[in-house]
Amino acid sequence: MQSADRTIRPLGQRPPVLRMQNVDKTFNGSVAALRQMSLTVNAGDFISLLGPSGCGKSTALRLIAGLMRPTSGRIIWEGEQKPDDLGVVFQEPTLMPWATVAKNVYLPFRLQGKSMASVRGRIDEVLHLVGLDRFASSYPRELSGGMKMRVSIARALVTNPRLILMDEPFAALDEITRQKLNNDLLSLKAQTGCTVIFVTHSVFESVFLSDRILVMAPRPGRVVREITVDAPYPRGLEFRTSPEYSAIARTASEALMSAMGGELMEQEDHA
Amino acid sequence: MSVADPQIDTPQGSAGPMFDAEEARHARSQRIEGIAKWALPLIVMSLTIWGWHRLVVVNEIPHYILPRPGLVVQTLIEDWSTLYASLLITLQISMMALLVAVVGGVGLAILFAQSKFAEMSFYPYAVILQVTPIISIAPLIFIYVESKFVALLICAWVVAFFPILANTTLGLRSADHNLRDLMTIYRANRWQKLIHLQIPSALPYFLGGLRIAGGLALIGAVVAEYVAGTGGMGSGLAFRILEASYRLNIPRMFAALLLIALTGIVIFAATSLISHLALRKWHESALKTER
Repeated sequence: MQSADRTIRPLGQRPPVLRMQNVDKTFNGSVAALRQMSLTVNAGDFISLLGPSGCGKSTALRLIAGLMRPTSGRIIWEGEQKPDDLGVVFQEPTLMPWATVAKNVYLPFRLQGKSMASVRGRIDEVLHLVGLDRFASSYPRELSGGMKMRVSIARALVTNPRLILMDEPFAALDEITRQKLNNDLLSLKAQTGCTVIFVTHSVFESVFLSDRILVMAPRPGRVVREITVDAPYPRGLEFRTSPEYSAIARTASEALMSAMGGELMEQEDHA
Repeated sequence: MSVADPQIDTPQGSAGPMFDAEEARHARSQRIEGIAKWALPLIVMSLTIWGWHRLVVVNEIPHYILPRPGLVVQTLIEDWSTLYASLLITLQISMMALLVAVVGGVGLAILFAQSKFAEMSFYPYAVILQVTPIISIAPLIFIYVESKFVALLICAWVVAFFPILANTTLGLRSADHNLRDLMTIYRANRWQKLIHLQIPSALPYFLGGLRIAGGLALIGAVVAEYVAGTGGMGSGLAFRILEASYRLNIPRMFAALLLIALTGIVIFAATSLISHLALRKWHESALKTER
């Protein structure tokens, strides 16, 4: 609810994973996609980047993933950076249609030159975590949209990465599947203790999932507000219907609206 | 009416509880479609052949202008030893040309996918080879290449090569961009990206090219044989047609033509089968849609 102070963490001693320091990203020399973004990600954080399209949230994710370089500023990983530090879940499931579920989850290991036999146990373990034990030898086309997304999440989890990036992973799913996956994602987080940066344009999703929300605004893309969600995990239906939840959602919505300009603010007041 | 009434029970009992009139109609139309799929082409083909036969008999057309279908088959059987030897030669040239086209086309496509500069340098030649009619290059090839067999092979290859190159190049570039990003994030090197992502993505495109190239290899082989003319040794089916036309042996022309057409159909069926077997598990094109 209150603006967060990054030095005071609820659990105190969690070590930092990654730091963004005054990161700027400019395209074609003039279009400012992201301006002066600073962020410290600590182990076990669930951070949401919330904002409308064009606010630079996906750009921030691509910068962290190393798919682009910042125009200025720095992104610093704590300690040595390894290929399996990152897991990524895109908006689409992004599976290889020619490979079975198990082979898709095997991909990160395969690229490291590990044999299927040596990691089979780990693959079965994550498939169990996402509830797809029985579908290891199915092809992606045989699965529903929600199940494909679970495979994608399993693939991101399989290497035990230090950080998982999720780029609007549930945006294309129906509301019911989306709520189910939101619940499942929180239980996965409880079981694995993974660290997540989650990009979304849904206020409610961000409040339900995260312990920190960065509200972003476009032109230029920037962080306008940081909101801490102090509610304890595990969160369920009680949290979804609590006054606290509504209050945080309202704060986040207002931050979004004021960043977007007066016109939208007025509409909000009438409502 | 009671539930146990046998007059109601019988039709339901035979087909399960979900069975109703609508589904019965649907099942019937499915069955009819299934039979028609095989029966219709057969019936139309039989009628065509019968019509051809009647046309020749009723109008008393002499066999050196248009032979009866029966005579064509009879010639095919009588001249089988000659025609079969020629068929083997044409088939051998087509298949070898197709093989070289696959190796060359895929190899060059991979080179293009690895290096933009290689593509800029060599793609124009591929296009020139494609757009220049083979029949106009063939005489030159026969002048410069001493072995007639090799010359025929080159002609058939030139025709079959481009669809494989063009399709495979397109396919290698069509890999999902998110998967490509994912590979980059996991620090896959160039070869890993090629083997685990680009080649599987290109497979359906390549197989589409193969189906076109299979037919074109045969056409290339036949056209080249026409250009080569009456060369004596190593004479394929097209040469038999030419030879028969000089002698006004029209039934034999038809018999050879029939063999060429059948060969083309077999090549198409074979490449379609390869394509189906390779893609049936995962690709949209090979999936049966649910009723």
